[in-house]
Amino acid sequence: MLGKTAGGLFWMFRYLERSENTARLIDAGFRIALTRPDGADDEWASVLQTAGVADLYRSRHDELDAARVIDFLLRDTSNPSSVMSAIAAARQNARLVRTAITREVWEAVNDTYMILKQALARPVAPRNLPGSLAMIRQQSALVRGALHGTMLRNDVFDFCRIGTYLERADNTARILDVKYYVLLPSISQIGSSLDNVQWETILRSVAGQRAYRWISGGESSPIGIADFLLFDGRMPRSLRFSVGKIATNLSYLEREYDHRHHCHDLVEALSGRLNQTTIEHVFEEGLHEFIVDFLADLGQLGAQIDRDYRFQG
Amino acid sequence: MTKRPTFFDEMTGSADGARHPYQPYEAWFRSEDLRELRKKSIEAERFFRRTGITFNVYGQDEADERLIPFDIVPRIISGREWARLTKGIEQRVRAINAFLYDIYHRQEILRAGRVPAELISRNDAFLPQMIGMPPPGNVYTHIVGVDLVRTDEDEFYVLEDNARTPSGVSYMLENRETMLQMFPELFSRIKVREVKDYPVQLRRSLAACAPPAANGGCTVAVLTPGIHNSAYFEHAFLADHMGVQLVEGSDLRVIDGRIAMRTTRGYQPIDVLYRRVDDDFLDPLNFNPDSMLGVPGIMDVYRAGGITIANAPGTGIADDKAIYSYMPDIVEFYTGEKAILKNVPTWRCSEPDALAYVLDNLSDLVVKEVHGSGGYGMLVGPAASKKELAAFRAKLESKPGNYIAQPTLALSTVPILTQKGLAPRHVDLRPFVLVSPDRINITPGGLTRVALKKGSLVVNSSQGGGTKDTWVLEE
Repeated sequence: MLGKTAGGLFWMFRYLERSENTARLIDAGFRIALTRPDGADDEWASVLQTAGVADLYRSRHDELDAARVIDFLLRDTSNPSSVMSAIAAARQNARLVRTAITREVWEAVNDTYMILKQALARPVAPRNLPGSLAMIRQQSALVRGALHGTMLRNDVFDFCRIGTYLERADNTARILDVKYYVLLPSISQIGSSLDNVQWETILRSVAGQRAYRWISGGESSPIGIADFLLFDGRMPRSLRFSVGKIATNLSYLEREYDHRHHCHDLVEALSGRLNQTTIEHVFEEGLHEFIVDFLADLGQLGAQIDRDYRFQG
Repeated sequence: MTKRPTFFDEMTGSADGARHPYQPYEAWFRSEDLRELRKKSIEAERFFRRTGITFNVYGQDEADERLIPFDIVPRIISGREWARLTKGIEQRVRAINAFLYDIYHRQEILRAGRVPAELISRNDAFLPQMIGMPPPGNVYTHIVGVDLVRTDEDEFYVLEDNARTPSGVSYMLENRETMLQMFPELFSRIKVREVKDYPVQLRRSLAACAPPAANGGCTVAVLTPGIHNSAYFEHAFLADHMGVQLVEGSDLRVIDGRIAMRTTRGYQPIDVLYRRVDDDFLDPLNFNPDSMLGVPGIMDVYRAGGITIANAPGTGIADDKAIYSYMPDIVEFYTGEKAILKNVPTWRCSEPDALAYVLDNLSDLVVKEVHGSGGYGMLVGPAASKKELAAFRAKLESKPGNYIAQPTLALSTVPILTQKGLAPRHVDLRPFVLVSPDRINITPGGLTRVALKKGSLVVNSSQGGGTKDTWVLEE
């Protein structure tokens, strides 16, 4: 496979994952704004921060206004992380790697682009927002289904998966980092129940509220939620799960190409750290510090994969 | 007043009732509900948009990707008509390859005075870098698209020979695919010769021209200028259907005397490069130094036998519009036979008598720029306004050597489906020809382009033309 193609697949799936994550962030913010109007501004600020576009937003708009934030995150093409930008970038990459993906995958991505372009042609009214967000999630599921149902399990597939999980790990880590101040104050009183709405938001933004309820037996605690999102190997958006998938797919590449690269050492070290660290240890050392380190490692891993598989030369 | 020209309609001919090849289709069409067919037509458009069969139009940033409109009424050619056409095409393509070999070697045809020498030596399409260099398998034009027009029952003319990088073959294939999906019952009723083998034949044909440096297997790749090129969809389509890599200049470099592509496992040599990049951009070291699309040094590798470039550089000299008028002589010179396919009578404006005639009859003629393509820089006299005629007259007078002129041909029509039912529109035909050292393969049919505007004679997609599926009947 061409290095450029590998890079195109990697980024196509990063952008697809990003569009879904951004949609979910909007959803979570929207929920909280509905239920507690006075806390909404803080919530939107933290959504922007999680999406990594807080500075960009401030350079465009003076005030934190719900409609504006939603529009910025959903449709604004000058925001590279908006749902529309991410889908357009995913499709552009899909065109670039057209020869590597099946007709079904291409059509699912192309359909998604065309449907969203039409649905997001004008600002979305609040009453239509849940419907639009649901549509975005459905379209993502369609692309994922086409990928799983029609693609050969070879290096092409591996690069798609690596892109997906790198973006996902990055996203979950940033949600936790932005929200750690919510989790933190109550650390001193372990066992105390957390602000209901706040933890709902965190879980909702990773589609984990129901799963967590099952696992925790209905009792939510800050340490429990953090443990769930960092270390639960059953949770498909947790750091351990995502990094585990990256490691697995990189190991497939190692086997298929019969060559071990530096990125294999990096991912092994990273998943080793995740496997050996306990949540108690993380809280002792500081959740924020842990996540900052994690994001740095993840960034380094991405860059190393780019180099090892010659995405750009 | 000139008399209103009458046009040969391929479905109805001149008599009442459908012409023979169209009879089964016409019977089917009459039994169908027009509204249902209109619906199918809209369905086809959705199908094309989904698959991403779009083309990019130069100079239009906004409408970046456009569809070439597709008409659901097929253009039908009988087996007998096709047999005659293929004979003519094969003869012409053989002659083109012989001409190219000669022009870059002993230049017998110039010595014999059949083609003026200055037409070659002063032509930008003639590449001195190719002199004395036989391409692998002696094939210059691996892929040719011969543009044909029809004016009557038995009258076919070659409009131009596309011997550089003819495009449109993906539309030929997707048009058929669309028809098969929409009207499966038609294909069980009417036996139409298949076209879907083209990508396999293309790969085989290219692999048959492996360079001396290839050992054993043959790695083929398609070189595209990139995602913004108007034909990018086609480049990706062909690479995909051949099962080969689609590369850009930035993926390639010269390593150990070979052209190698950057893969996830390191650099791997390519044996045959089907390039969809023009000569001028192929090699910044040998041609246009500003080109970012090609591979620095590829010409040196090529000359040393490290790679096959398809089509070979310098083939443009054979489809140059100034050379076109000599094609009957060229065919005769190399094959010893009269040309089977006709040439359109052509006035070379570089000749004073011809120029005088062209200026006197401008409103009846089609004038083409010698190096232009795609319907740009062209005048269709009968359709032009007084202002356009005057502007073109000035261009002709200042640079007559840049132009040729031809009579306005009475292009045949084939019906398209409109709101009100069938309506005749002018068409042309581009069959696709594959040349390998031992054989010439012509896919039955080709791309039919149709001028969608009533009365228009311009079929180019960049000028509002559409396409049709082209059927050659089993006989």
